[in-house]
Amino acid sequence: MRYLPLTDSDRQAMLATIGAASVDDLFIDVPEEARLNGPIAGLPMHASEMAVERHFSALARKNMAAAHHPFFLGAGAYKHHVPASVDHLIQRGEFLTAYTPYQPEIAQGTLQMLFEFQTQVARLFGCDVANASMYDGSTACWEAIGMAGRVTKRKKAILSSGLHPHYVSVAQTMARFTGDTLDLAALDMAQSDTARLLASIDSETSCVVVQYPDILGRIEDLGPIAAKAHEHGALLITVVTEPVALGAIKAPGEMGADIVVGEGQSLGVGLQFGGPYVGLFACKEKFVRQMPGRLCGETVDAEGKRGFVLTLSTREQHIRREKATSNICTNSGLCALAFSIHMSLLGEHGLRELAALNHARAVQAADRLTSIPGVSLVNDSFFNEFTLKLPANARDVVHRLAAKKVLGGVSLGRLYPGQATLENGLLVAVTEVVSDEDIETLAVALQETLVEGVGA
Amino acid sequence: MSTVNASGWRPEMGETDVMTAATFTGNRALMLEEALIFEIGDSHTTGVDFDPAPRVQSRLGGLERQRDIGLPGLSEPEAVRHYTRLSRQNYAIDLGLFPLGSCTMKHNPRLNEKVARMKGFLDAHPMQPQETVQGALAVIHELAEWLIRLTGMHGVAMSPKAGAHGELCGILAIKAALDARGEDRPVILVPESAHGTNPATAAFAGFRVENIPATPEGRVDVAALKTRLGPDVAGVMITNPNTCGLFERDLKVISDAVHAAGGYVYCDGANFNAIVGRVRPGDLGVDAMHINLHKTFSTPHGGGGPGSGPVVLSEALSPYGPIPFVAKMPDGSFKLVEEESAGEMHPETFGRMTAFHGQMGMFTRALAYILSHGADGLKQVAEDAVLNANYVLRSLEGTLEAPFAASGPCMHEALFTDDNLAEGFSTLDIAKGLIDEGYHPMTVYFPLVVHGAMLVEPTETESKAALDQFIGALRSVANRAKQGDPALKSAPHFAPRRRLDETLAARKPVLVWKEAELPIAAE
Repeated sequence: MRYLPLTDSDRQAMLATIGAASVDDLFIDVPEEARLNGPIAGLPMHASEMAVERHFSALARKNMAAAHHPFFLGAGAYKHHVPASVDHLIQRGEFLTAYTPYQPEIAQGTLQMLFEFQTQVARLFGCDVANASMYDGSTACWEAIGMAGRVTKRKKAILSSGLHPHYVSVAQTMARFTGDTLDLAALDMAQSDTARLLASIDSETSCVVVQYPDILGRIEDLGPIAAKAHEHGALLITVVTEPVALGAIKAPGEMGADIVVGEGQSLGVGLQFGGPYVGLFACKEKFVRQMPGRLCGETVDAEGKRGFVLTLSTREQHIRREKATSNICTNSGLCALAFSIHMSLLGEHGLRELAALNHARAVQAADRLTSIPGVSLVNDSFFNEFTLKLPANARDVVHRLAAKKVLGGVSLGRLYPGQATLENGLLVAVTEVVSDEDIETLAVALQETLVEGVGA
Repeated sequence: MSTVNASGWRPEMGETDVMTAATFTGNRALMLEEALIFEIGDSHTTGVDFDPAPRVQSRLGGLERQRDIGLPGLSEPEAVRHYTRLSRQNYAIDLGLFPLGSCTMKHNPRLNEKVARMKGFLDAHPMQPQETVQGALAVIHELAEWLIRLTGMHGVAMSPKAGAHGELCGILAIKAALDARGEDRPVILVPESAHGTNPATAAFAGFRVENIPATPEGRVDVAALKTRLGPDVAGVMITNPNTCGLFERDLKVISDAVHAAGGYVYCDGANFNAIVGRVRPGDLGVDAMHINLHKTFSTPHGGGGPGSGPVVLSEALSPYGPIPFVAKMPDGSFKLVEEESAGEMHPETFGRMTAFHGQMGMFTRALAYILSHGADGLKQVAEDAVLNANYVLRSLEGTLEAPFAASGPCMHEALFTDDNLAEGFSTLDIAKGLIDEGYHPMTVYFPLVVHGAMLVEPTETESKAALDQFIGALRSVANRAKQGDPALKSAPHFAPRRRLDETLAARKPVLVWKEAELPIAAE
């Protein structure tokens, strides 16, 4: 067995040192009736590297890979070009096979990286501080709602209907158990939720949660919502599922957001069929002691040299146990590293260029696709993702497009099953990886599909 | 004679002085200092080239960014060098034995990295039409089947993102089951030796946490637990093998008592590596248990994640597990059961815990590990892990205090304390001394049930020679601590940094980099 270095003679020598006759003697505390005496029946035995690779190759070939087809899916996970050096660097064994940096003297690499990551995230979001990552955007969103509850000592959160439906579902699951109240509304393609949000904020409100750009891709000024929330002692939580957008549009912190959370997948991480991703979490400095998750801070060593440590850990489960701000332990360190490397490679200039390119491509695609008879654009504003209203059920269209080897977007019917008013909506994301030819291929395929008639 | 640098090399220095002298760069040969990206890069530099963006009329809703973000850029060579230099300041399994108890730092096979990067998995979007991702769904289903079979349980929830998220999943399933029974049971019992995530999770889900004491031999006090059971107790969270490194031999008795009292048994599966392939938690009456794929099944820890924490569930709790999950259909295809089909296929689910479907990138790696080992290899994993830990325990029990050495064999980890060190010396000094010997320290000051805990988990991927060297190093450091060697108090001496001031970091938190304030010009 290639991963197990002990030889049989090693095992015998070690058993002699221990004073045990056989390895079975080491399992004597297991009740007799629960001991398995041989390998579990009906399961395969060990396999060679070649055999395992062959098995996975066969399964991988059954998937349509984004890179091999015109690809327009978004809805909280985006396909961007990741520079080759990112994946090379995160596979350095010293990063890949290290643990959470509990022993800072021999974990300065991870710690300095986290300090840089925290700074990048805080600056991107326009916030004072950021943590060392959460699992993903949806869990970061829930944690932000919980944190707002601790800060305001209130239990009512108002969620914009423009918040990703999975993020809403996660919040609903948690609220059911924590007793928080969620103020929700149905998504409307015709108008944004801002008027309802403004009307709903009251002195019971702990927070308002707004996605920016929202699930349909619309971009709205957060300033009025922040002002109204603050007037009533509530917090504004902003959710960013596409961080590249912030290379082109104002940072949420700039418009008054108190907590900004996000999904960092767009930078460095890749699609990976939904995970692992990396949750981004930033806020105003005055709330730092209510933050969930790990924080890396600067300090000095015994010789006065700058160094970094995990800090403010009295918020965390391993110290505070049932009084901790969150139960999170392992977060998303390696994905945070990928995000940070990609962001360092881009820099201010590169991120701005990347954002401009995404927006320009999306505008071109929107113009081309809305030239198809019966297809209209829902959005007044968008960054790299917009919603089309089709003259047909978009879910069926997506399947028909896939049959033509075009991955044409995410239907609102998939995201909001059973909501008849949304079933003709198609979310289309257009990033820098989309070529002119891809746009044309989608347009032609979409037009054909609509002419053929879906479900026919 | 003038000197450029008062603390640097001077001709009159002897060899000892030279060893402590500063270098011009601050580097010490291969130990290379590295500045922050904010000190190296600038806002104009970039390591990524793009084609110019076509000119279009902006449709950003009038919210165009005006202010600079403040992000430094690095060219590719600068970036590669920066992160390579940083990486060299980390300890890692690839460098040596990493005996962090309860963390299962075993070798991470590179085949797993290779399969996770196959385009069909790496480059598939979670919302692609299901007919275009049948291979990915097949992987999730195949891994799910393995986890069910290895644990002897009824079902498994694959979406939890890490161990603590898995704990939450299990506790929510328990709460949902109680709700379905119309019962309000506000209390969860947690042994005092539990991981901090256990009480934090229970509290997060709205339960009140009560501690159950340990017996002098390091196991759950069954009598105390039984006395506490009652109509207000929702369940217990037990770690098995426990954090003292011992198998909870009465777990079945405990489970039966908890079930008789109407409660459920959550098992923290962080230590599953000790029993994988040899014991099935389902045979011990467990209702829910998370499995850290980043421990037992070797997905890399990555300096703190990502993890993955699937939760196996008993027949009683399976109906309440989260969505989405992958179902195998009669025609052999795989279906992702989401909100839409849950009403029909999984009507009692407590809901969704995360966007999308869980840690796919970890599923491929874990499945590659499992297929490589097979049922026979996994059994060998548990046996070698336990053998290695007992070898460490028996080799060192004469040197360090081993509080439960008389309780019988340990499982995958050996527990020591700092009880017999010289006055003023503690676990921390031994940990820092081990750093100078080239090892990552063991888990320290956990579990909390003994004084100055040192929890050593060697794992099965260490050779006997590697163990012998580690044992020798730990014995040497322990003897120095017993003899009161003052040099140990200031260890580590040879790491990239000396002991860091954690008090300062917490008192005046500096969590982001800021430009040094420029001196105010004289008026």
